[in-house]
Amino acid sequence: MTESAASPPPVSPLLENWRYFARSRGAVLGLTIFLAMVLMALLAPLIAPHEPNLQYRDALLTPPAWTEKGRATFLLGTDAVGRDILSRILHGARYSLGIGLVVVSIALTSGVVIGLAAGYVGGKLDALIMRLMDILLAFPSLLLALVLVAILGPGLFNAMLAIAVVLQPHFARLTRAAVLAEKNREYVVAARVAGAGHLRLMFRTILPNCLGPLIVQATLSFSHAILDAAALGFLGMGAQPPTPEWGAMLAEAREFITSAWWVVTMPGLAILITVISINLIGDGLRDTLDPKLKRS
Amino acid sequence: MLLFILRRLLLLIPTFLGITLLAFLFIRMLPGDPVLLLAGERGLSPERHAALLAQFGFDQPMWRQYVDYIAGLFRGDFGISFSTKRPVLEEFMARFPATLELAFCAILLASVLGIAAGVLAAVRRGSWIDQLTMGIALVGYSMPIFWWALLLIIAFSSTLGWTPVSGRMGLAYYFPDVTGFMLIDSWLSGRPGAFKSAVMHLILPTIVLATIPLAVIARQTRSAMLEVLGEVYMMTARSKGLSPLRVVGLHALRNAMIPVVTTIGLQVSVLMGGAILTESIFSWPGIGKWMIDSISRRDYQVVQGGLLLIALVVMLVNLTVDLLYGLVNPRVRRQ
Repeated sequence: MTESAASPPPVSPLLENWRYFARSRGAVLGLTIFLAMVLMALLAPLIAPHEPNLQYRDALLTPPAWTEKGRATFLLGTDAVGRDILSRILHGARYSLGIGLVVVSIALTSGVVIGLAAGYVGGKLDALIMRLMDILLAFPSLLLALVLVAILGPGLFNAMLAIAVVLQPHFARLTRAAVLAEKNREYVVAARVAGAGHLRLMFRTILPNCLGPLIVQATLSFSHAILDAAALGFLGMGAQPPTPEWGAMLAEAREFITSAWWVVTMPGLAILITVISINLIGDGLRDTLDPKLKRS
Repeated sequence: MLLFILRRLLLLIPTFLGITLLAFLFIRMLPGDPVLLLAGERGLSPERHAALLAQFGFDQPMWRQYVDYIAGLFRGDFGISFSTKRPVLEEFMARFPATLELAFCAILLASVLGIAAGVLAAVRRGSWIDQLTMGIALVGYSMPIFWWALLLIIAFSSTLGWTPVSGRMGLAYYFPDVTGFMLIDSWLSGRPGAFKSAVMHLILPTIVLATIPLAVIARQTRSAMLEVLGEVYMMTARSKGLSPLRVVGLHALRNAMIPVVTTIGLQVSVLMGGAILTESIFSWPGIGKWMIDSISRRDYQVVQGGLLLIALVVMLVNLTVDLLYGLVNPRVRRQ
């Protein structure tokens, strides 16, 4: 009786991971900012003071409200055609977070399936797939995405597809490596002896034990996707005007860098803050999920 | 070691074939008539169309086209730009020094500052220096560099007027192109002020291009140093009474450098991607700007050739890093 009182109550693995994650101040800060961003994106139509594409012709290039010539109704100022920058940034959050979500979903799903197949089947298929992944990784990612967009035609959806193709090899490689490490372990052999089929072995037995590095990679890819999509938008190959996507907003703002600093500053700041928050979460997750680092 | 080099070279062959295959398929995957896309001529007569079809070899079977393409590559035939009518390889060579100069300065800046910051953060682990350095590295790592470039232009070019906004050299200077590297050519020319102009033009693009590699190298150096500093031989070195500078500088840094060198090598691909953004913002006449201009001009022969040449450059750099790695670390050779 005394023994059971002395041992702490069992903790679920999820809770244990959360406690570890929550010990890092940076990770919690990142998560808080990120959740605020998500909330902003979801509520954008309700909280945005103006329509994102409505042009106030009497208020072109109004500076932010706290400056001398600012107007209280345009908190972050207006752009060259009189659109409220704050409203555009709030709506832009929907695009950026949506881009991250879609790109990572495509890259993760295809990468995991390809990596599982390569690692599980092995042999010639493995060699072929891994060569293909090497080839994709031989190109600078932004260049490859640009060329893919040149083939598919400019636009937000094609840009997302191109970025997903470029990010996918990382998932395939990680999954394959994890599968190779796991597939001859005893629990897998036991499941096979017990009569589990190939698909069950791949997806139900092995995959859940490879999730740690994949989750970390997914987080990092999320921020990469946002940065690359903004870069493509900036180069005119991603989201097209008047979409309030942050990169495209910067492209439109480029000619005003000498005259209207706020048009340039605000969208970039939004990108930077979002990406920092996601990278903070990524760092926290890596420390939590990487057993090698956990010892310290 | 020879065997290691040979094996590495053999491994390049499938990658090389794959890269060429992708570049080869690129033109053929484009929507529309490839002849019209490549020729860049309007209102073609059927005869002219047929002649061009034969000239580009599109009337041949696919495998034959690919073999001809590869054979052409070995003769240095990377296609002809339809906007300038000059060979793609020639255009690439004319612009490559500009990118190389910028990339070299960027990687130098990133390596020197990054390693110094990483070592400092590792040695002072947990202190405010560590937190500040890693905080800055996180911001750098998360930076949309095209926006960063615009901010720097606002601050240093439009507000302070310290640096020029675009190009490689002030218009007041003219001197012969000897090496293609502005820093060297302007120095050789002996014109007063020319070298300074070249340096001033380089500063902002170098900072922008170096930002992400710098952050990555600083983070990598810190974690490599922390790992090494925890080793037993470090305690031995300290207990022998060696000075802290010698322990950190000689014993720790030398062993921590192996993963750091690999990281620096991997940054080359990042640099080539970053060059597209940096060069297009600063009107830097290198291959990054050339690629983005060609894409928007739909000069697809240039896009195809440039894509292939850039991938080859990245491949060769990675090969060099691999070989260096094998030279430094005998364990790699035996794998």
